[in-house]
Amino acid sequence: MLKTFPKGGIHPPENKITADKETVTLPIPKQVIIPVSQHIGAPAKVIVKKNDKVKTGQMIAQSNGFVSACIHSSVSGTVFKVDNIPDAGGYKRLAVVINVEGDEWLDNIDRSEDIIKEINSDKNEILKKIQDAGVVGLGGATFPTHVKLLPPKSMKPEVLIINGAECEPYLTADHRLMLEKSEELLIGIKILMKALSVNKAVIGIENNKSDAINKLETLSENYDNISVAALKTKYPQGGEKQLIKAVTGKEVPSGELPVKVGAVVQNVGTVFAVYEAVQKNKPLIDRIVTVTGKYLSNPGNFKVRIGTSVKELINTAGGLPENTGKIISGGPMMGRALITDNTGITKGTSGILILSEQESKRRSLKPCIRCAKCVEVCPMGLEPFFLMALSRKTLFEKTENEGIFDCIECGSCSYICPSDRPLLDFIRLSKKEVALIRKAKRIK
Amino acid sequence: MSKLIVSLSPHQFGSNSVKKLMFGVLIALLPTLFVSVWYFGLGAITIIVTSVLSAVFFEYVFNRFLLKKPSTISDGSAALTGLLLAFNLPSNLPVWLVIIGAFFAIVVAKISFGGIGNNIFNPALAGRVFLLISWPVQMTSWPEPSPLSKHLLGYTDVTTGATPLGILSEGLRSGESATKLISQVPDYLQLFMGNAGGSIGEVGAAAILIGLVYMLMKKIISWHIPVSILGTVAVFTGILWFANPDKFADPLFHLLSGGIMLGAVFMATDYVTSPMSKRGMLIYGVGIGLLTVVIRVWGAFPEGVSFAILIMNAFVPLINMYIKPKRFGKNKR
Repeated sequence: MLKTFPKGGIHPPENKITADKETVTLPIPKQVIIPVSQHIGAPAKVIVKKNDKVKTGQMIAQSNGFVSACIHSSVSGTVFKVDNIPDAGGYKRLAVVINVEGDEWLDNIDRSEDIIKEINSDKNEILKKIQDAGVVGLGGATFPTHVKLLPPKSMKPEVLIINGAECEPYLTADHRLMLEKSEELLIGIKILMKALSVNKAVIGIENNKSDAINKLETLSENYDNISVAALKTKYPQGGEKQLIKAVTGKEVPSGELPVKVGAVVQNVGTVFAVYEAVQKNKPLIDRIVTVTGKYLSNPGNFKVRIGTSVKELINTAGGLPENTGKIISGGPMMGRALITDNTGITKGTSGILILSEQESKRRSLKPCIRCAKCVEVCPMGLEPFFLMALSRKTLFEKTENEGIFDCIECGSCSYICPSDRPLLDFIRLSKKEVALIRKAKRIK
Repeated sequence: MSKLIVSLSPHQFGSNSVKKLMFGVLIALLPTLFVSVWYFGLGAITIIVTSVLSAVFFEYVFNRFLLKKPSTISDGSAALTGLLLAFNLPSNLPVWLVIIGAFFAIVVAKISFGGIGNNIFNPALAGRVFLLISWPVQMTSWPEPSPLSKHLLGYTDVTTGATPLGILSEGLRSGESATKLISQVPDYLQLFMGNAGGSIGEVGAAAILIGLVYMLMKKIISWHIPVSILGTVAVFTGILWFANPDKFADPLFHLLSGGIMLGAVFMATDYVTSPMSKRGMLIYGVGIGLLTVVIRVWGAFPEGVSFAILIMNAFVPLINMYIKPKRFGKNKR
């Protein structure tokens, strides 16, 4: 029996056109733009200045607070400037621009392909190494990993769940990683199990990636307490709460952390980064990015240094097609539309998706016919039509009782609506407003 | 590079549309359409064509010229209302009454409430009930069904008779036993196929069930409303029948006669006037089932589905307010 979450969900076309494309390492770019805020939490503090020489892997910005992450140079060269630079969304954010000269790595980084199975670090060393390497959640949320590995004292983690669902259409970066770095992933899981002191780990993979399921199932026989759970292909299977429900049968209570039910979830990309950080001393300076789209001539999976420009990456994939309407960082369901391709790949960029003008256009809004399809597909059991109605009438405070903060913004409601109503847009608006109201109340 | 389009996620949408859903329901109604034309011939055709055309006409004229809004007839909802209204009328109803029914359904029950999505009551049923209480004689004269060839040209001058429910209701009132009365109506196979007196679209249970299966397969509706209505009717009439088979008809008779099938599958499942949550749908369905049986067994009218649905329509906002879907991670404490 395939596991899944019980309520809601949709089946968008999978469009995994790059599933069979082996990961290709992109040549080192001439310049990289590395923002100091690539994670959830406080931006890192820059510790280099203009004209400084940096090596590949060298820290250039230090974690600034508990929920924060270090940033490292992904190339060797000279710091060109430290300045506010428009990011993918058009907001100016502090970034370090480095002009590349050669590729000289820090000496303590092991660059060989050898697989190191022995885990010599103890629990604290592991956490320290993960923190120093600037590892964040690579599934897209970019929450600092070391924080997630230090749950509140009152809650005890029991099971580590590895998110290999990759439920977003188009994206195949995690899929390729599971196929190409299977052994490393399993070692990474062992490291995380040690860090969390749990003796059970489950890798959840949607059954549209049967090759990955088979490979990891076979290999995991050599590792104690690691198993693979085949999941039904249904969006949003990779949502943290949905995945926990599918694998353990437990529901994370509204407003609580997953560890409340004993579960800690890590994305497969993160697990690989943890392996590299702990076994190879390698900070998070590159990642696999799926570059895809129906009209791209050479879509594929690329191993890219953080800070490489999106434009360069798209050029490798065959260049921007004539009819481009949207460039999306991430997948079509939860990704962000970029305002320009002149921006850098960050730790959280799992894919670059090019949609044609035709695919980018939204259809015009029509009246709600109360078909209840949004209610049916909402994996959190909310009533999107009602939240939107309240939000439109600016009755934001009422949306709080209707569970607006439970919304995981998966977009299933907007996807399914036969009247093309922008349900999620209005839910987001209300979320923002309610957050402001809450804040104002606290200040009083 | 030309300008990029920027918007919030999701960036991809399903191929669903109001039009697709409405036309899906229309397709699901085709078997019923066939049965009604088969048994009621030209009469059925006249009623259906008049009803659909006038519903679309009123929708277009009132939206376009009175409210000066863009026309909404292309979404198929007005045509669907017209067809459903026709299915709830006897086949010999004068054309002018059909037009009045369509006017009431579209203009009074739908557009005056704010158009598609805003009406509280099912427009087709509102139209039917308006006709029923205003012209009760014409609305309760039921032509005898006969296969197409026999009365293709017959319209008003066909023989009329009572519906199975009418026979039962009348007979019980004059003290006859239910078992005996049921032996006077067409047998269950005939009822199942549609060979019985009644509104043109309500007679063929088999055709309606084919439509139900189609709509379930296409995910146009979920099972909750039809199953809860039919289940409630079966259980409630079953209990009564078990208690006294002489006074009450058996569940199968109730399920196969009158408008319960059409009501449960096509009328009560109207999106706009039914609840949003699955649990709400079940409550709504059980309510319709109970009210239908109460009206049929103890009411003045032999048939009660239309009234039951309209009464429960009025409760839908209340149901929506108090019956919420089960939220993820929220356990009842």
